[in-house]
Amino acid sequence: MTNRFGWALADGWTIARRDLTHWRMQPGPVIFKWFFPVLMLLMFGALLGGAMERPEGQSYYELLVPGIFALAMLFGLESTMLAITEDAAKGVTDRFRSLPISSTAVVLGRCIADLLDSVVTLTVLVVTGLVLGWRWHGTFAAALAAFGLLLLLRFALLWVGTFIGLVVKNAQSVAMVQVLVWPIGFLSSAFVATSTMPSWLGAIAQWNPLSLTATAARSLFENPDTAPASWIGDHAIGAAVIGPLLLTALFLPLAATRFRKLSR
Amino acid sequence: MQRVEVPERVILASEVRKNYVGGTEGAGLNGFDLEVQAGTVVGLLGPNGAGKTTAVRILSTLLAPDSGEATVAGYDVRRQGGEVRRRIGLVGQYAAVDEIITGRQNLVLFGRLNHLSRPAAVRRADELLERFALTAAADQAAAKYSGGMRRRLDLAASLIVAPPVLFVDEPTTGLDPAARIEVWSAVRDLVDGGTTVLLTTQYLEEADRLADRISMLKAGKVVAEGTPDELKAALGADWLDVVLLDPADVPRVRALVEPLAAGELRVDDLRVSIPVRDRTRTLVDVATSLREAMIEPEDITLRRPTLDEVFLHLTAEEVAA
Repeated sequence: MTNRFGWALADGWTIARRDLTHWRMQPGPVIFKWFFPVLMLLMFGALLGGAMERPEGQSYYELLVPGIFALAMLFGLESTMLAITEDAAKGVTDRFRSLPISSTAVVLGRCIADLLDSVVTLTVLVVTGLVLGWRWHGTFAAALAAFGLLLLLRFALLWVGTFIGLVVKNAQSVAMVQVLVWPIGFLSSAFVATSTMPSWLGAIAQWNPLSLTATAARSLFENPDTAPASWIGDHAIGAAVIGPLLLTALFLPLAATRFRKLSR
Repeated sequence: MQRVEVPERVILASEVRKNYVGGTEGAGLNGFDLEVQAGTVVGLLGPNGAGKTTAVRILSTLLAPDSGEATVAGYDVRRQGGEVRRRIGLVGQYAAVDEIITGRQNLVLFGRLNHLSRPAAVRRADELLERFALTAAADQAAAKYSGGMRRRLDLAASLIVAPPVLFVDEPTTGLDPAARIEVWSAVRDLVDGGTTVLLTTQYLEEADRLADRISMLKAGKVVAEGTPDELKAALGADWLDVVLLDPADVPRVRALVEPLAAGELRVDDLRVSIPVRDRTRTLVDVATSLREAMIEPEDITLRRPTLDEVFLHLTAEEVAA
């Protein structure tokens, strides 16, 4: 480990801890953020769940909970984006860039903080899910692997959020992206099986990275599968690895270029 | 505290150019030259859109120039950005502190990012809080600070490792007069400590009070450079201000003093400003002719031109040329 890399790690952790301090200093917004997916779970499970057609004796939560896990990862994109635009607007990014630290450290800090944030979000959701009667039926290791895939999706969306956050720059555009996240979230297998959608829409929804991860998570939790018999259904876990990796491969360089472009 | 050795000419810029595509993000630079001696305060003075912030962003490595050469503390801002960043502090136009966390937490954070150990960062934070009179507010969220306090915290955050060169971009924009004086005295303390400061401002008064030398910037180019006195002298004439009590007297006084003036008169409400070459003689002549006309002025003063006048003069020249 070179000294340079060591400092990038140490500085990244220092920057991530700034977020943890934010949580302590201003717990309101972050607690709201952590419980928002719980609200979604209750809204869809308790309010709409009764109208969902399920096989005899099977709770809708079996299908919904892993879907909400994936949806929460998608919502994480917003908090990444907000943090990036706020730091840029308030001059904190410039302050970081005027310090003798590498830009890798700045990005790494965001990455660590957001993944920790998602771990808390998932923990809150898991506890709520368990209370509502959702269970994983597979091994504990498989369940851990499912959480790993969910965090991998979050990791990929981090770069999407960073990129958009660096591009949009103002609060109105952020609000627009926040609205657009919803149709993307619904155009997936998070709430219903894609086979219930019009076939062309279902085909798109199936390939939504959110669906790939939700399907893989369901298969690892051994919750009922919503994917129709298809290539994706057969290769759910592989697809949930490759999907986020492709997103990362696309957006990480875009975000990095954009970050460097701050000096242009 | 140890000081890093810096060359005599700490900041050097020559023929720096920067064009913004679209032009919405600020004014570009159009052949910007600057030379700053170690241990001095140089004011970069100009109206909005003259390119002051662009110049500071380039010199502090936040922005890459299109062309031209610039070195800070002997290092090229483009090729040796890391070395430059180790030797500078930057106080931005908008206080770049984290508003959610406390003043102390901010200083410890930036101390850690300057690679101080935790105990050293805490110690340094306490020193700086004390020095900038923020000890009482140290454990309050920075969002609760007044404008002046926030700007002082920003200054403190820039001084954690006592950089030999400090860039201060419009430190008092948007502050009330009391806060402005607080910030001025903080900047002056720094200079007494040997820091070289490049200060941008659109307030002539601020440049006059703080800067040893002033570079006047217009449309991305330095149009005049010198000490405040030199710049004032560059206008040539001193001024004799006659302040009257009665507006009705203004035209009479104009007619009386016109033949005595070394240039064009300026009238501003009740004040008639007369450019003078021969100071005492004109003063006596003007006083005598006022007396003969039985006009009692409220005030009569001989003065150097203000930087405002220098600036207007230079701007007018550019337009004429």
